[in-house]
Amino acid sequence: MTALLTLSQVTKSFPGVRALHEVRFDVLPGEVHALLGENGAGKSTLIKIISGVHKPDSGEMHFDGVPVVFNSPREAQARGIATIYQELILYPELTVAENIFMGHAPRARFAGVSWIDWRVMNERAEAVLESLNIHDLDVRRKVGTLSVGKRQRVEIAKALSINARLLIMDEPTAALSEADVTRLFAIVRLLRERGVAIVYISHRLNEVFELADRVTVLRDGQYIDTQIVSETSERDLIASMVGRTIDNLYPKLPARIGETVLQVRDLVRYPYTRGVSFEVRAGEVVGLAGLVGSGRSELAQVIFGILPAQSGEIRIDGRQVRIEHPGRAIAHGIAYVPEDRGTQGLVKQMVIRENTSLAVLRAMSSGGFMRPKRERDLAQHAIGQLRIRATGTEQIVGKLSGGNQQKVVVSKWLASKPRLLIVDEPTRGVDVGAKAEIHRLMSELAAEQGLAILMISSELPEILGMSDRILVMREGQIAAEFTRAQSTQELIAAAMMGGGSSSRTSVPAVAAAITEGAYR
Amino acid sequence: MTASNPPIEAKRVPMRLSGWITQETVLAFTIVFLSLAVGLINPNFISERNISDILYNSSYIAVAALGMSLVIVSGNIDISVGSLIGLLATIGGRLAIGQAEGGYPEIVAFIVPIVIGVASGAVTGFFVAYLRVPAIVVSLGMLSILKGGLILWTGGEWIYNLPRWFQFAQERPLGLPAPLFFMVILTILMALWMRYSATGRAIYAVGGNKEAARLSGLSEKRIIMTVFMINGFMVGIAALLFAGQFNAIQSTVPPGVELLIITAAVVGGVSILGGTGTVVGATLGAILIHIIPSAMIFANVSSYWRGAVQGLLILLTVLVDLYRRRRQSYSGRG
Repeated sequence: MTALLTLSQVTKSFPGVRALHEVRFDVLPGEVHALLGENGAGKSTLIKIISGVHKPDSGEMHFDGVPVVFNSPREAQARGIATIYQELILYPELTVAENIFMGHAPRARFAGVSWIDWRVMNERAEAVLESLNIHDLDVRRKVGTLSVGKRQRVEIAKALSINARLLIMDEPTAALSEADVTRLFAIVRLLRERGVAIVYISHRLNEVFELADRVTVLRDGQYIDTQIVSETSERDLIASMVGRTIDNLYPKLPARIGETVLQVRDLVRYPYTRGVSFEVRAGEVVGLAGLVGSGRSELAQVIFGILPAQSGEIRIDGRQVRIEHPGRAIAHGIAYVPEDRGTQGLVKQMVIRENTSLAVLRAMSSGGFMRPKRERDLAQHAIGQLRIRATGTEQIVGKLSGGNQQKVVVSKWLASKPRLLIVDEPTRGVDVGAKAEIHRLMSELAAEQGLAILMISSELPEILGMSDRILVMREGQIAAEFTRAQSTQELIAAAMMGGGSSSRTSVPAVAAAITEGAYR
Repeated sequence: MTASNPPIEAKRVPMRLSGWITQETVLAFTIVFLSLAVGLINPNFISERNISDILYNSSYIAVAALGMSLVIVSGNIDISVGSLIGLLATIGGRLAIGQAEGGYPEIVAFIVPIVIGVASGAVTGFFVAYLRVPAIVVSLGMLSILKGGLILWTGGEWIYNLPRWFQFAQERPLGLPAPLFFMVILTILMALWMRYSATGRAIYAVGGNKEAARLSGLSEKRIIMTVFMINGFMVGIAALLFAGQFNAIQSTVPPGVELLIITAAVVGGVSILGGTGTVVGATLGAILIHIIPSAMIFANVSSYWRGAVQGLLILLTVLVDLYRRRRQSYSGRG
């Protein structure tokens, strides 16, 4: 079969960075071609070149056997190339049909005046959705009222409405619930059968194995290789991605568990925290599992003073404390690596040095003025300790890749010398190499320095691989507790669902939660 | 990460030309270049007298722009400063002419306006920080209240016979206009404070990402209060410099002053989106926006162009700022 799209020797540089160097890539019609690589490997740049956002400095691109040069995304779209970015680009105040036909709405004409033909537009939107087996979406509803999963389906329908022959999906499952992932996969398979070529970017290897036909790996802007998925293994793929073999994604060290650091009793903050009691001891990693909406992150926010508790008690080292705002929590030796590093963790226009010292401004200053050397040393130490890939302490954080940004957030909190470290999805959107490093660091901090760690995660393998003890939350309460030895994916998943009594969950969700285990 | 993995020595940032191309250096260069260029057309432009005039006129705007740049860096705005300058100048002037009769010390005429400036800033800051009303709305309200209050109080009358000691802005220590000293000294102090103090750092953090700053234990409410109070202090000094320039002052609000002040800060490279910019830039911005109209006069360009040129300058700097931000966001993700 001849390729629908072929790129050869494509090179692209940005000021100070060579994003792609002589990369080749091709996609066949009716194929799902996965694109893998660590953050900063050049995946995004590659898809931006294909979709006309960037122009390559050199190299050739053929579409349908014809050489093409795209000066804008519009030109790529005209050829039938559609892209679904991680951040969905939809108009929340417009309806589903209006979004699908944005820019090419069917028009009616009378006496030389033309206007949007709403009836035809709604009918066509319904037809497009039907063709994707989507029957639960009202085309007259405003997009802003839809769930993330449904919005993504609108994006896909939008791509099809321009008769896309090549569909690029950039980490489409990053923000989806398990049930939505299942739906998405069904749609992708349907499109493949119809001959649409699909470029699929994901950090989750199990998705690649479940969905893709071929996989291309990029590393540091260079083409590494292309393989047929059924003929490769996760170990091989990880090795090509990071350029070395990672033996263990979860380098857990044996824990030496000490005194109780955090003790929480009957903690209440409606509606998400409804009487929670547990403890975390020095040197212990406690995993906190639960479905989205079970109240995991909110519990962390109550303990850290972002949503102060309404009742119940928090004890640090046996002493009862009141935590009304994050400043108090920090004073008591609690650190919190939030779920979303972009909006909650970093000041992106600041440099690494300024971010690492942000939670310890007082310690980094005397008489109200910063001590430049102390601050630089701190940042320098962080770069070494976490192996942050940067040009130096004065690099702007916004320019770092996702994994390195996450390391900056972690180092900011380690600078506060906490007794208890709460991490919320510590490796979300982080590449495999950085993931292993963050895990190793957490494990070492607990085992060697006796740090108490409370780790919230949606990835069961991470929970199982890293925790000494596992708590499962459901509907604002601790539903179950397991020791490291007792725990299995099935037990935890079952506790998350609560024996099928919960209305939100379904069998596919359990299945999806378990298949994450393929990653191990 | 452990002893077996020695920390990687981070590379020092190489000194590059691009590191020197900051808003401040571009502005300084523009100011010098423009002065020399117009000086070639009309040598009177770079006469001592004209330069001194320009600096004299831009000083009080620059001092107010220092406070404004803090407000904008913190992610807010204050459009009431023009009205506040009018009010504080009037209060100062009235206290000055009443001093002999009232028998209070002369210093009262200087202290009271500054204290009221800080108090007014505290009110604005309270609404913004604690009641979470957007700064543009709060300061729009303050603008109307101050302006209306001033007219009600004075009926827009002129204040004559200001005592000589109140006209300190007309003094020329070391042969230089007195306001220039205020501008230079306050700019240096504020620049050092913003760059090296923990509070200065916190202001940048709050403006850059309020949520991240809050989660890092910074009290964003207290910081925003502080910023508005410092702004009120600077406006107080600016009002005294303004009032001290003349033998008589009209107790109304000088029109368009707030726009001039905001323009100075923005042209100086203070990002209107918050989080970046320096006070040195704001001062240079204030000088530049005073050089341009003067240059136009000396170069025989109709003064009707003044507004348009100022507008273009704002658009240009905001465009440059947006472009720079776009370049700063990492483009090779994934």
